[in-house]
Amino acid sequence: MDFPLLAVLAATLTIATPLVWAALGALINERAGILNLGIEGTMYAGAFVGFLTAVTTGNPYLGLGTAVVAGLAAGALMGLLTVTLGVNQHVAGIGTTLLLVAACDFTNRLLFATGTQQAAASFERWFPGLGVLAQYPMTFVAFLVLAPVLWWVLRSTGFGLRLHAVGENPEAADAAGIPVARTRYAALMLGSALMAVGGSFLTLSLLGSFTLDIVSGRGWICIALVIFGRWKVWPVVAGALLFGFTDALQLQLAITPMFSGVPNELLIAFPYLVVIAALAVWGRKVRYPGAYLTPYRRA
Amino acid sequence: MKILLRAGESRWLAPAAVLGAVVLTLLLTAGPIRLAGANPVAAYQRYTINPLTTPGGIGDVLLAATPLLFTGLAVAVAFRVGYFNIGAEGQFLAGAIAATIPGLYLPGLPAVLALPLAAASGALGGLIWGFLPAFLKRRAHIDEVVTTLLLNPVALLLVQGLLNGPWRNSETGFPDSDRYGAGYTLPTLAEGSRVHWGFVIGLALVVVVFVVMSFTPLGLRLRAAGQSPGAARFSGIRVTTLQFRSALVSGALAGLGGAVQVLGVQHQLTASISNGYGYTGVVVATLGALTAGGVLLVSLLLGDIAVGAQNASIALQLPTQMGAIVSSTLLLAVVALLAARRYRVVLRRPFVRRRSTAERKDA
Repeated sequence: MDFPLLAVLAATLTIATPLVWAALGALINERAGILNLGIEGTMYAGAFVGFLTAVTTGNPYLGLGTAVVAGLAAGALMGLLTVTLGVNQHVAGIGTTLLLVAACDFTNRLLFATGTQQAAASFERWFPGLGVLAQYPMTFVAFLVLAPVLWWVLRSTGFGLRLHAVGENPEAADAAGIPVARTRYAALMLGSALMAVGGSFLTLSLLGSFTLDIVSGRGWICIALVIFGRWKVWPVVAGALLFGFTDALQLQLAITPMFSGVPNELLIAFPYLVVIAALAVWGRKVRYPGAYLTPYRRA
Repeated sequence: MKILLRAGESRWLAPAAVLGAVVLTLLLTAGPIRLAGANPVAAYQRYTINPLTTPGGIGDVLLAATPLLFTGLAVAVAFRVGYFNIGAEGQFLAGAIAATIPGLYLPGLPAVLALPLAAASGALGGLIWGFLPAFLKRRAHIDEVVTTLLLNPVALLLVQGLLNGPWRNSETGFPDSDRYGAGYTLPTLAEGSRVHWGFVIGLALVVVVFVVMSFTPLGLRLRAAGQSPGAARFSGIRVTTLQFRSALVSGALAGLGGAVQVLGVQHQLTASISNGYGYTGVVVATLGALTAGGVLLVSLLLGDIAVGAQNASIALQLPTQMGAIVSSTLLLAVVALLAARRYRVVLRRPFVRRRSTAERKDA
């Protein structure tokens, strides 16, 4: 049996793309000390809002833009709850996810009640016919622009260091004159915008349409990838590629005659189990950001 | 005008905050209801009051509240000791799967044996599903939030895999399991009503959790471990062990909920058995302040809204998802306003201690 390695590698990059966007967004949030469980809903909102705009305007770039706006709004909501009010981050995040998913499904039902879902104008693959390089624009942006730039921003710019400071020790950051609340808001809004872009990749690039439960737990995968990657950019990207590879492998196996006896659902579940196993092996004794899960107020 | 931190909170603030949250929720959800072409006031009446005006409606509310009692209690029991089990959804599904096993393979059992067996099997299924995250948390300090969340889609895939494979309906060929043996039907409370004994089991569990939490040494240790783990550990309480055991109890409660749902309502396993009950359990537990009584009240409230949302979708063409929007908005509004109690608004600058940086809001 000749194994179509190039096809699997190409699919790996495509599948990893939304995870790179969203997981790096979650990384920015958590570097600032906030666990954003709104990620699943934010990705969902990005996917839906982007799709809706692309359907009505026929322009996927506008869809991308409105997805970013939706992400910024979701981040601001999380900021209001966790930064300004200091609500328990687990509850705020799950509540945000439930609200955003319900709101999108409600709107979807209102607009497309008849069930005739239109196909949105979507991004075309660049370099068709070039094998592994035949990817969507956002894939190139994710790996060649977003990851290196974010890596540089986090280690070498004032914003990156301030982010680190408010996530590790907000008291010291405050004493040094860093506006803790404003920095955390910035982190939440920027990170949520990246999550929404990741979600919009599903509708605007991959599928060209919107289906219910389209994110299906990818947000939770991203939260796991950030822990697995120990809050560092390149390990998180590597984790996304690992998940992308197992998912691409499972898609390939599903159409391989030898594995036709294996239930499809087992194959789909396989990447989730790989992530849990990877956490169990490499997730021990990780050092969380110092101010993880804790709101900051002046004494 | 200035916003300042409060020194202390007065008693009347908590009920005032909850009332304010209800008003805020009504105001915020009025927009989407109008957008859908319905009258907000009529919609709220359908959501809250209408279901309670007929005996059948009340029965529907109790029926809708039953799974939420179990998942709400499951989440509350875990959160209370500081174990953030967000996997009640997966544990609920695992319980439904486990209860299906005897239902399909031992169809001839009489109800006296069949029901306890299926219920115990369901609780065990939920416990098993909750075991891995609890074990990883205890042994390797791996964040339970992530692992419990990740196992939710896996449980759903397991249900779908079973229904598309070995448990596909042998008569229709649809992805639903065959119906269970006759002994596996939880009896209804009254003739002609759909409310089943699962609701009573849920009520009994509410009482058990209340008594254990409020009146036993174990309850005291659990509350101490959750509220102040450092101090609890210092006074000799084994916090991680308590969290581990609570996690297992939590999984078992959610799993029992799944079993009760298949035995009392569906009488077969379907892919849509859960309808997000596990995630709603987080809403129920949080709004219920992680107490047994609170879980009961909020389950009934959300059951009421769920039944109302069904009615409103028929009568007012308002999509049922509006019910989920109302309950999640209510959750966020309540936690936000309860947290906002910390602040007070002062119209003029305080005269005596001006320039006191300690009082300035840290915004």
